[in-house]
Amino acid sequence: MKIGNGGESLKIFVLAKHAIDTESEIRLKDEKSIDEKGLIYDINDWDRYAIEEAIRLKEMHGGEVTVIGVGNNEDTLRKCLAMGADRAIKIPLETGMDPYKTALAIKDVISEENFDLIIAGLMSQDCNNALVGALLASMLNLPFATAVTSVKVEDGKLRVTRELEGGYQEEVILQLPCLITVQSGINEPRYVSIMGIKRAKSKEIKEVDVKVDKEMIELERMYLPPVKKAELITGSADEIAEKLIEIFKEKGVI
Amino acid sequence: MRVFAVAEIRMNELDPVSVELLNLANEIKADGSAEAIVLGKDVSEFANELSKYSDKVWKIENDSLENYNPEIYADVLIQLFQKEKPDVILFPNSSRGAELAPLISTRLDAPIVTDIVGLDFSNGVKAKRYIFQGKLMVDILVKDADTYVFTVRQGVFKEGKEIGGEIVDVKIEPTVSPARQFISIIEPEVGEVDIAQADIIVSVGRGIEDESNIELAEELAKALGGVVAGSRPVIDSGWLPKDRQVGISGKTVKPKLYLALGISGAFQHIMGMKDSELIIAVNKDPEAPIFGVAQYGIVGDIFEIVPALIEKLNQIKS
Ligand SMILES: Cc1cc2nc3c(=O)[nH]c(=O)nc-3n(C[C@H](O)[C@H](O)[C@H](O)COP(=O)(O)OP(=O)(O)OC[C@H]3O[C@@H](n4cnc5c(N)ncnc54)[C@H](O)[C@@H]3O)c2cc1C
Repeated sequence: MKIGNGGESLKIFVLAKHAIDTESEIRLKDEKSIDEKGLIYDINDWDRYAIEEAIRLKEMHGGEVTVIGVGNNEDTLRKCLAMGADRAIKIPLETGMDPYKTALAIKDVISEENFDLIIAGLMSQDCNNALVGALLASMLNLPFATAVTSVKVEDGKLRVTRELEGGYQEEVILQLPCLITVQSGINEPRYVSIMGIKRAKSKEIKEVDVKVDKEMIELERMYLPPVKKAELITGSADEIAEKLIEIFKEKGVI
Repeated sequence: MRVFAVAEIRMNELDPVSVELLNLANEIKADGSAEAIVLGKDVSEFANELSKYSDKVWKIENDSLENYNPEIYADVLIQLFQKEKPDVILFPNSSRGAELAPLISTRLDAPIVTDIVGLDFSNGVKAKRYIFQGKLMVDILVKDADTYVFTVRQGVFKEGKEIGGEIVDVKIEPTVSPARQFISIIEPEVGEVDIAQADIIVSVGRGIEDESNIELAEELAKALGGVVAGSRPVIDSGWLPKDRQVGISGKTVKPKLYLALGISGAFQHIMGMKDSELIIAVNKDPEAPIFGVAQYGIVGDIFEIVPALIEKLNQIKS
């Protein structure tokens, strides 16, 4: 398939996770589970950038965007459809905290499809493994780049910049088909209204059952990290301000 | 156990995390060995440095290794691993490690855990890591395998000792023609204010809520004679320029005062400010990890504390 230069179109798959929002109150129910009370779920922040990038590429080059999610993620898939995805595939599999299982499940479904590009978020905001994208690319034997900060289609290839440490970036060219994981800030994701999400209800979410028997890891226990705590300054806002100024003076800051 | 650590060369310098990997390797090797791997075009100097902390250094020099390419690097590493059969392979949790480790894990069918801060082989294989950007910690039980792959958080395994080992020169030619091509390195943008030089930094996070509230931070910075910086989400939203970002993908700062307003304290942020002389944090969440690095903490709303502080500072001045 030839793409780019206003020529033929791009077939893009986006991976999206329905994840626990970082604003949630996270309390442990027991060693292996989090109290569902107080938890807010939404599309993983990095995946918001991923779906936006896919839709922009489609708007520029034409083509099709399919969003794919593992687990109980209808709301996130709907949101992606409302943002402009054409199709959604739901894999109703409980993968817990094992990114390997998630990648295997997606691999099973995606290897049956035709695509030029897979876009994933750099990591999930809940488990922070940053693995599903890179594992999937390795399993499918695709060239890939992580932490991508800009994308251009050029001569049927993808020219991207990726983030390194300390503000440095690296420019690389990837042959298609390929996979990228995107870093936050790559674009400004569009806003979708509740109405928009309602309207997207007419679009179909296809369910595909996948069995994954292999596991690499198991959660043993979760706990609050041991931390040394700051000395707390308390009182009214005015009292706190006064105490802060005393500290500034004492330390020679002002 | 044979524990292999893949050293990190960044901008033609040996990154200190390489030695931290070897510290961990020495800690867990039991009666086995801690072995470093260093790849590049001309890496003799780095091999010498690494040999102080390892039983053996595998030095792989090759013109095609001059610029990092994950396909070539992985291919060369796999050739070495297939011959040497390591029990454990350690990478730094860096922009490179994040690509190489999953590649190697897939090729070797080896379980992988990323960004670990602890590793224990005494009773099964257990890795310790943070989730929810530092708010929770987990112990992960890794299934039995011939080889394990881990990426290791920087700054954790700082303690170690010199042991002094040999350097082995190995010739390995890449066997792949890569589908990814390196073009260039892009330098960080330079702006008018260098936050790394500032004595006083007022730093805002997502808790600042809206672009229009940056002004409040500017006002406080002015009253204190400092500059405004921010966490990544503030820069991603375009509310502050990129050169004001504090953290691993931004700048490292060590001011006399670092005032963190509405910043949760994710590791990637903390790495850029933890060595500040005085850290004071304001956050409405008493469990925010930022209170773990701050000397003083205020559990409260920045929109109440900051205006009160600005007023008091201006009173003193006039
Ligand atoms: C490869 C990589 C590189 C990264 N590099 C960097 C980097 O260089 N720098 C960086 O900062 N991050 C970086 N990050 C992102 C990092 O992981 C965090 O997502 C980010 O630091 C969170 O920013 P934050 O604390 O502002 O936002 P959040 O984590 O959302 O925290 C907001 C905080 O504000 C508090 N709050 C909200 N409202 C108020 C109020 N009215 N008063 C008081 N408190 C309030 C909340 O309690 C919360 O703790 C990187 C991530 C990755 C994966």
